[in-house]
Amino acid sequence: MTQAATNAPERPGRLSEFWFYFRENRGAVIGLYVFIAFAIFAAFGPILAPYDPTEQFRQNTLQPPVWQEGGSWAFVLGTDPLGRDMLSRLIEGARYSFFVGIVVVTIAASGGILVGLISGFAPRWLDAIIMRIMDIILAFPSLLLALVLVAILGPSLTNAMIAIAIVLQPHYVRLTRASVLSERQKDYVTAAKVVGAGRLRLMFITVLPNCLAPIIVQGALSFSTAILDAAALGFLGMGAQPPTPEWGTMLAEAREFILRAWWVVTFPGLAILVTVLAINLMGDGLRDALDPKLKRS
Amino acid sequence: MTAPVMSAKGLTRHYDVSGGLFSRSQVLRAVGGLDFELYAGKTLAVVGESGCGKSTLARLVTFIEEPTEGALTLDGKPVTRADWPDLRSSVQIVFQDPYGSLNPRQTIGTILMEPLVINRPKMSGKEREAQARKTLGLVGLRPEHFDRYPHMFSGGQRQRIAVARALMLEPKVLVLDEPVSALDLSIQSAILNLLVDLQDRLNLAYLFISHDLSVVHHVADDVIVMYLGRAVEKGSKEAVFAAPKHPYTKALLSATPRADPLAKADRIKLAGELPSPLEVGAGCPFAPRCWKTQDRCRVERPDLQGDAHLAACHFPIGPDGA
Repeated sequence: MTQAATNAPERPGRLSEFWFYFRENRGAVIGLYVFIAFAIFAAFGPILAPYDPTEQFRQNTLQPPVWQEGGSWAFVLGTDPLGRDMLSRLIEGARYSFFVGIVVVTIAASGGILVGLISGFAPRWLDAIIMRIMDIILAFPSLLLALVLVAILGPSLTNAMIAIAIVLQPHYVRLTRASVLSERQKDYVTAAKVVGAGRLRLMFITVLPNCLAPIIVQGALSFSTAILDAAALGFLGMGAQPPTPEWGTMLAEAREFILRAWWVVTFPGLAILVTVLAINLMGDGLRDALDPKLKRS
Repeated sequence: MTAPVMSAKGLTRHYDVSGGLFSRSQVLRAVGGLDFELYAGKTLAVVGESGCGKSTLARLVTFIEEPTEGALTLDGKPVTRADWPDLRSSVQIVFQDPYGSLNPRQTIGTILMEPLVINRPKMSGKEREAQARKTLGLVGLRPEHFDRYPHMFSGGQRQRIAVARALMLEPKVLVLDEPVSALDLSIQSAILNLLVDLQDRLNLAYLFISHDLSVVHHVADDVIVMYLGRAVEKGSKEAVFAAPKHPYTKALLSATPRADPLAKADRIKLAGELPSPLEVGAGCPFAPRCWKTQDRCRVERPDLQGDAHLAACHFPIGPDGA
């Protein structure tokens, strides 16, 4: 049989449609480029960095960046009080931040989606119990709760990530539950029931794919929250421990040199700022492109 | 006379409506004691205004909800909850809104094959696809539509897809829950003709739910008129349309627009709203809106009376129209 499909006009793919809406938001596109650069630094850090981030050059402690008097091309962004190269440490720090973001979002999103799905399909009493627990978690200031959790678990980057994931998870639960509840009303779910789809099939195959757009946006936005919280915990001494070149930890270590050597504090802070800003811009663009309610038709 | 494919006896569905923390929970009688039979190759139309329990009836017949009382019989065997999984392939449904009834994330092929994946696990993927493509052709769609997504289709095409999905399991009974009311007029007739054509070919029994009497007139063999969850009139299409016995039916019929500018506009205007189904009194539920109401109507609920053409009214309208 010869298919008549060959002469049919090719439909615009979902990806190209997405890109069309994403492109309209210039901030989002810039954010995306910065994020890509960030991801490249994270992926190829050891190749790109000029030195080992923990190597100490004792003759060159607190050397200013290259454009300032006393700086040299050997250490482009200067060195820290122990003579370690700032640029290498920042690049290596990108790796930690990216890792934190991915792990936290994965844990928080998978757990949150699962609990939210269950909550959306559960009988009313179970739904009420789950949602009240989530309300309690949300009632705490998130950083404070993360601090308490790390205090219980012991300070380390892994525990900080677990704590941040737990703190971020209720947002996913609420988001998933809300979309599940609105999708469940629709006729295609009833139609799946009429053909005999079991509850698991309804949850994961019928309903979940239709709830993903807001969750993806939330994932992008909480990526930056995770980085920020990890840096904050690091700064408070509850996250990554020295000599790990994590941005927050670097800030904490360099605090006392803020008046003498501005670059030791400024560059990690800028790195956090730029990364978080870029991811948030990108998240906004994602929301514009994925959320049908905001879509201009 | 042939045996009915499906029959219902005293089909009832109540909902408990909790009134909040301090008020008593109330019982909403969505469907109260409905009897009907569906025959292969015949269409039973259920007519009534919004909120009269038509869609609840559809949910009962398609085994989405269990009746509170009464029983359904399929092929002479009573239906129990344990049988539901086996009986699903016998009864399928087409929904009103073709925009909400197709999963936007699945291709047409996936949508059509899903019933087979669930109910015929032994079937091979190739057979499934072949059958899905065959059914796609049956409802008048082209093979290249197989890999497309629902958002690329018009309302009429989507409704064809919904019909195709309902046919995938080769059902005996098809529940059509206002299948054309969301479509524009030119598409309506195309879908209706498709449905009539499919019924002839596949010998399907239709339960056709609608509020549009001109559509019902086009497709129905028998008609049930529902009011507040109960049947108020029941009979063959010819009898009900030519000589309605119940005042409500007469009012409904008079409200149907006619394409004859010279016809006398003798529309009966009903006063008042549909009463709340939570507070149905002892008398005839239609009594507050009826122009023939007498004292008896307010205290005694009329039962369906008659042989072939039944009506639930103490003072049915005679053949002379009075």
